[in-house]
Amino acid sequence: MPPSTERKDFEATRKMRAVMGKYFTELCQGPAEGKKTAWCTSVGPAELLRALGFNVYFPENHGAMLGATRMATDLIPLANARGFSPDICSYLTSDVGSYLKGESPIQKMNLPGPPKADVLVYNTNQCRDVKDWFQFFGREWNAPCLGIHTPRAIGELDGALVDYVAGQIEGLVEPLERIAGAKLDRGRLEQVVGLSRQCTLLWTAVLETAAHVPAPITFFDGTIQMGPAVVLRGQPDAVDYYNVLLTELNQRVEQGVAAVEGEKLRVYWEGMPIWGKLKDLSTQMLQLGIAVVASTYCNSWIFEDLDPADPFRSMARAYSSIFICRSEDRKEQYIAQMAARFRVDGIVYHDAKTCPNNSNNRYGMPQRLQAKLGKPYLVVNGDLNDLRLYSEEQTRTKIEAFAEQLAQG
Amino acid sequence: MDYFCGIDVGASAAKLVIIDRDGQTLAKATRRSGVDYAQAAQACLDEAVAAAGLARHEIAASLSTGYGRDNVPWAGGKMTEIACHGKGAYFHFPRKMTIIDIGAQDSKVIHLDGEGRRTSFQMNRKCAAGTGAFLEEIAYRLDLPLAALNGLAERSTKEVSLGSFCTVFAATEILGKIRAGEKVEDIVKGAFRSVVKRIFEMDTVDGPLVLTGGVIAYNPILAALVASSFGQEVLVPPDPQHIGALGAALFARQNAEKGR
Repeated sequence: MPPSTERKDFEATRKMRAVMGKYFTELCQGPAEGKKTAWCTSVGPAELLRALGFNVYFPENHGAMLGATRMATDLIPLANARGFSPDICSYLTSDVGSYLKGESPIQKMNLPGPPKADVLVYNTNQCRDVKDWFQFFGREWNAPCLGIHTPRAIGELDGALVDYVAGQIEGLVEPLERIAGAKLDRGRLEQVVGLSRQCTLLWTAVLETAAHVPAPITFFDGTIQMGPAVVLRGQPDAVDYYNVLLTELNQRVEQGVAAVEGEKLRVYWEGMPIWGKLKDLSTQMLQLGIAVVASTYCNSWIFEDLDPADPFRSMARAYSSIFICRSEDRKEQYIAQMAARFRVDGIVYHDAKTCPNNSNNRYGMPQRLQAKLGKPYLVVNGDLNDLRLYSEEQTRTKIEAFAEQLAQG
Repeated sequence: MDYFCGIDVGASAAKLVIIDRDGQTLAKATRRSGVDYAQAAQACLDEAVAAAGLARHEIAASLSTGYGRDNVPWAGGKMTEIACHGKGAYFHFPRKMTIIDIGAQDSKVIHLDGEGRRTSFQMNRKCAAGTGAFLEEIAYRLDLPLAALNGLAERSTKEVSLGSFCTVFAATEILGKIRAGEKVEDIVKGAFRSVVKRIFEMDTVDGPLVLTGGVIAYNPILAALVASSFGQEVLVPPDPQHIGALGAALFARQNAEKGR
């Protein structure tokens, strides 16, 4: 009998939809209720913004929604025509296009769409594009655009670097207090950082269940399940949700339930998701018996360094230790550790045309890691959002050929 | 006696090979893939079965490969063209090698170890440069029949270099060469050289280079150009266009033997 190509959804997903629906409803209704909105990069100082009482909106999450709904490819040209090159971040270009056209996937929830920002707060730990992105909207709305400039290619994360970034986060307090119209309550900040840490620990435990053979969850599930860890960290809702999901996953492990029926091969996904093709890729992997058991991407929202007792320095440490802003050798070490822990047979690198910072195949890493680990690799050319840069046929053949190669043993 | 069939439905042409139990080719067929892959495959099968003087039921097993591998209803199995070119090339040259398959829409570099196991492969990025499609575009720009390119390039006496990655930019570059009074044969050879350059950038190579695919079949000048660019021994199997189909037939035979 051919293997099932239906992804096994989780019972918990219904609860996640409710939690995410509540988040978007509160976000969109906020301005009418006098709540201020802060736009925040996905790995920005969300805890500080929440502690100051802002509703926090994450445009990168919106970018992913534009990709997953395949609205992005039609919207990107609008931004291209405004001078934003097709070669830069397609989250940026699709989000700007969405704004220019007044179309958003949030409207499918019967909500008006992303709320205007009262302030935009970025962190360049990921890339420079987030700053350019936020500055566009800052100019559009004459809204203040503040930021943290994190060094990149960080090797050892030493005290001086943590002090430097922590100083920048503390420097945001005074201007943010003015915009919020409220003083920062230190106790509240500690509480939010504590909740974020709880969320991180639970999200880590969720992803770690995939170390079991067979894996009860895959990367494709993770890209859906990570929503609360991205937009609701620092809130009790995220903690509650991951407790429920983790319980279900532990049950799957106990019962030997495989996310990929008849799991034959285990693979690591490095790089961005191809949002508009997740379903197709997931189906192909299911057909081939490949479980994508771990990824750099889903692990990017793990902030183990957060410490309520030392909120500013621990936020600085947590947000400066993420994979994307680390040195090449640190990245290599990280992938090697993940490959061993999750017992993968091979590594797939997504070379995302518009995301050089999250494409780690471009400086010889696949070849170096293959020599070191003896694990074959595959490079898939594509993009996070711009499907004009994706070849369906070529990718299908490459993945099938990779499965053939891995099956040789 | 049992016979085995491999069908390679590529972007441009469908190729079919019938072999016997010893792997010897009895018959082969080639058709344009066109817009109906199933029909092209069927026409190839009918032609080759007739040419071999076989009855259809004497084909014990068949396997499909190529872009249209899912569109061959009578194939008992499928493998990618990467696997099949490896299998076919190893049949002719049983040793460690690097295969360069230049097809109509894509090019592949495939590494096999001494036992014929694939150790890695690369495909061209989503771009026509380094493929047959590039040569088609150049032929169109120069208003030449595709089949004339090889003969022209062999008459070339001068290196005319095309530097662009992009097929469209290379075509524009050619307009400049025409304006500068370069000879057509030198421009055509430059176009072949450009195909080799794009492949050279794809991967490192190890062992003798084995060239397969339709482009080398119709443009043997590429073998000399590949040899000079890579500085490696170049081998061309008999009938390089049908190597993928041969590999598919060999896999069909292997699967049938396993199933016994």
